[in-house]
Amino acid sequence: MGNLATSSRRGRLRKWLTTNEPISRGQARLGSAYRSWLAFSRNPLAMLGLIIVLALIIIAIFADQIATPSPVVGGDLRTERLQPPGENHWLGTDNQARDIFSRLVHGSRLTLMVVMLVTVIAMPIGLLIGTVAGYMGGWVDAVLMRITDIFLAFPRLILALAFVAALGPGIVNAVIAIAITSWPPYARIARAETLTIRNSDFVLAVRLQGASPFRIITRHIVPLCIPSVIIRVTLDMAGIILTAAGLGFLGLGAQPPTPEWGAMIAAGRQFIIDYWWVATMPGIAIFVVSLGFNLLGDGLRDVLDPKAEK
Amino acid sequence: MTDATNDIASGERSRALLSFTLATGRFLLMLAVTIFGLLAVTFFIGRIVPVDPVLAVVGDRAPAHVYARVREEMGLDLPLWHQFAIYIGNVFRADFGNSILTSRPVVEDVIRYFPATMELATLGTFLGTLFGVPLGVAAAVKRGKFIDHVVRVIGLVGYSAPIFWLGLLGLLVFYSKLGWVAGPGRLDVTYEYMLTPVTGMVLVDSALAGDWAVFRNAVSHIALPSALLGYYSLAYISRMTRSFMLNELSQEYITTARVKGLSETRIIWFHALRNAAVPLITVIALSYAHLLEGSVLTETVFAWPGLGRYITNSLQNADMNAVLGGTLVIGLVFVAVNTFSDLLYRLFDPRTR
Amino acid sequence: MTQRSLLEVEDLRVRFHLRTGLVEAVRGVSFKVGKERLGIVGESGSGKSQTARALLGLTPPPGEVLANRLTFDGIDLLAASRRTLRALRGGRMAMVMQDPKYSLNPVMTLGAQMVETYLAHTRAGIREAKEKALAMLEAVRLRDPERVFSLYPHEASGGMGQRAMIAMMLITDPDFLIADEPTSALDVTVQQEVLRILDALVDERGMGLIFISHDLRLVSSFCDRVLVMYGGKVMEELATGNLSDAQHPYTRGLMNCLPAISGSAHPLPTLERDPEWAR
Repeated sequence: MGNLATSSRRGRLRKWLTTNEPISRGQARLGSAYRSWLAFSRNPLAMLGLIIVLALIIIAIFADQIATPSPVVGGDLRTERLQPPGENHWLGTDNQARDIFSRLVHGSRLTLMVVMLVTVIAMPIGLLIGTVAGYMGGWVDAVLMRITDIFLAFPRLILALAFVAALGPGIVNAVIAIAITSWPPYARIARAETLTIRNSDFVLAVRLQGASPFRIITRHIVPLCIPSVIIRVTLDMAGIILTAAGLGFLGLGAQPPTPEWGAMIAAGRQFIIDYWWVATMPGIAIFVVSLGFNLLGDGLRDVLDPKAEK
Repeated sequence: MTDATNDIASGERSRALLSFTLATGRFLLMLAVTIFGLLAVTFFIGRIVPVDPVLAVVGDRAPAHVYARVREEMGLDLPLWHQFAIYIGNVFRADFGNSILTSRPVVEDVIRYFPATMELATLGTFLGTLFGVPLGVAAAVKRGKFIDHVVRVIGLVGYSAPIFWLGLLGLLVFYSKLGWVAGPGRLDVTYEYMLTPVTGMVLVDSALAGDWAVFRNAVSHIALPSALLGYYSLAYISRMTRSFMLNELSQEYITTARVKGLSETRIIWFHALRNAAVPLITVIALSYAHLLEGSVLTETVFAWPGLGRYITNSLQNADMNAVLGGTLVIGLVFVAVNTFSDLLYRLFDPRTR
Repeated sequence: MTQRSLLEVEDLRVRFHLRTGLVEAVRGVSFKVGKERLGIVGESGSGKSQTARALLGLTPPPGEVLANRLTFDGIDLLAASRRTLRALRGGRMAMVMQDPKYSLNPVMTLGAQMVETYLAHTRAGIREAKEKALAMLEAVRLRDPERVFSLYPHEASGGMGQRAMIAMMLITDPDFLIADEPTSALDVTVQQEVLRILDALVDERGMGLIFISHDLRLVSSFCDRVLVMYGGKVMEELATGNLSDAQHPYTRGLMNCLPAISGSAHPLPTLERDPEWAR
């Protein structure tokens, strides 16, 4: 950073961000975010993950513009069934003459929706149970953690399967089932964090000021637990996608003709020997997206939680 | 050398046995609570089924008094806790009800299908451990080198690719295109009834019977699914081994071992790995449990007549007794495997005795 | 002190190529030791431990060791094969590590770790190795050698662990011992005892010793000569008999900081460091 840096506006911004003596809390926060970003962006695999996830979001938003053929209604059944990948249909067509590329593009919405809904449901449950258990201690902790352990003791996919069996197949029920099976690890993490925060001076200070346990948990403890839970959630997202695809594959997730990737593999299964692309393409989509979330999660963990893995 | 160590340590071990027994008591109590919880969860799932079980028996047009009588017979008029108590009682008498699909008691079905699942998961974990541990060790020792990147890629693919998709591709390539392995199922149809089940595991049964033609056929059938499960197990085990080994290799006692003039081979494979083995036990057990769970998908792809396929088949036919029975059994096995690994952990790590 | 020197070090440098640039932990250290006691004193980060590790060829991976001369009993340590180095380490040169809580393998009994050392350097059988180990445990004045032999490190106290460590390192009768802060992790009451044992054994066996510590007084009471290090360099080399003749301001500073029983020191003296010394 010589003259060049100080003379340009970007240089000044960078200097403001990397200063060792921030003037405001906001500056300190932005500064540390910037430093994390620098560390993150030095990791090419993490960047690849970020690009994949961003691409998924963009594709989901602009699905209608990106892929114009209908993902649900197919073309001419006599001439356009099971076409191999080619000029008209980049990734070929399935047995109902639907464009596979278009189905994949529109399916990205479902994948993204499942991931977001599961997160939105499971993360607050896990945070709440974990922080309450950690903060209250005693029998509350014992009971809540036993419940958590019981859910952890169940294999996730089987439990989700049983829930879907009871609730009936469908994408919403699949989301609920996955969410029910996803929260326990978050509760564990939140509890562990809470235990380290619980007796710190600032919590004692707030308590002396007469804050209620509810306020202490929601305003002071939860915000501090969020980063580590978010890392775990990101690492879990690939797992969520795979579970959802698995349920779809078993016919328990999204129902036809919805272009859900797992269900598409199941549908293409019967033609796999002669028309390999029907089942292969959606598998590649699932693989790439899970890979993206895995890389992103690994990268985030390396930056935000250096203790976790060296 | 190992013998000497064991010899020396045997006195210590017997002394540790007492405290070990005491710890086991506490442990059993926790186990009982967990199993109780499992039962509560399956019971609860059975209650939220939107299908009215009484209607399923009497039909839509049954008069009200018939409906009420059947409801009473099925115990559905009792308070919920009472129903739960009856449920627990039934489970302890190994009565999960009858399967609608096979019209046999669910327990019989589970006993019939479980060995196939176990055979597959055991072989998969065995393969995964056999290759995963050395790979993980090599990756940790040659950190940042070629082998480390290989392990990383194996891990990423294993964590990202849907298992049922890889299974389908495997069938496409190795069965239909290359013809290296046999297709779906446990045996060719011609061999299917030549074998009298003893353990229910085809490889074991055919070996016991000395019927090598059947054995070869069974190997050819199990090769692909077990390799697939082995791959997933390897992905997990190698990654965890690497991480544990990196941790151990940075410890002071490793420097001590070098100061002592020991060879690198001994330092890595004896000193570091013995220490890494302690958490690795848990990882291998977890991987085994996950393969049992993954069986639901793999068995569907490979038409493997195991518990996973039994559950999914029952699911598609709304056979709730079978689904919940199978779920509970897999849950119990899961708990059993974890318990076993905990006990092993205590045996392996002198600090926890 | 007129003996032939065993260990000769000339212009030793230990460097680490890190992402942030080149870090030189040891920068041109030279000394010679025979069958005598050399103390190395310095604050943390002064390069004293890295010097010791470089002598044994144990500089951790990204590190690089350079020297004009680094010999042990005429053997060039930098050019020696790994096999030769391994035979030297633990056989003729040994090192007592700092904290027995971390430096002993937690899943092996103390006895097994000693036996292993002996077996790595001799052609002895297990029975002989065990006898030797028990004899060593007795030599470090442990009351019940048989029992200590079968203990796991976590079952032994700090003092016990460190004595077992000394026993383990001396089991092969090395010519030369490096002790890297061997008592800093122990309780004060145990420290003296462990030092006495070390002292007696070094005398008895006529070993050469490098004793590393941050405690100038301890070193001066224990060693014949002292090397004062700062910033990876030797500031001064002194015979312990004439510490008061110290010329270098850093050594004088260290000495001023020693608490004295008579007279009060107000304000407490602080150690002054001049970046110039490290140039």
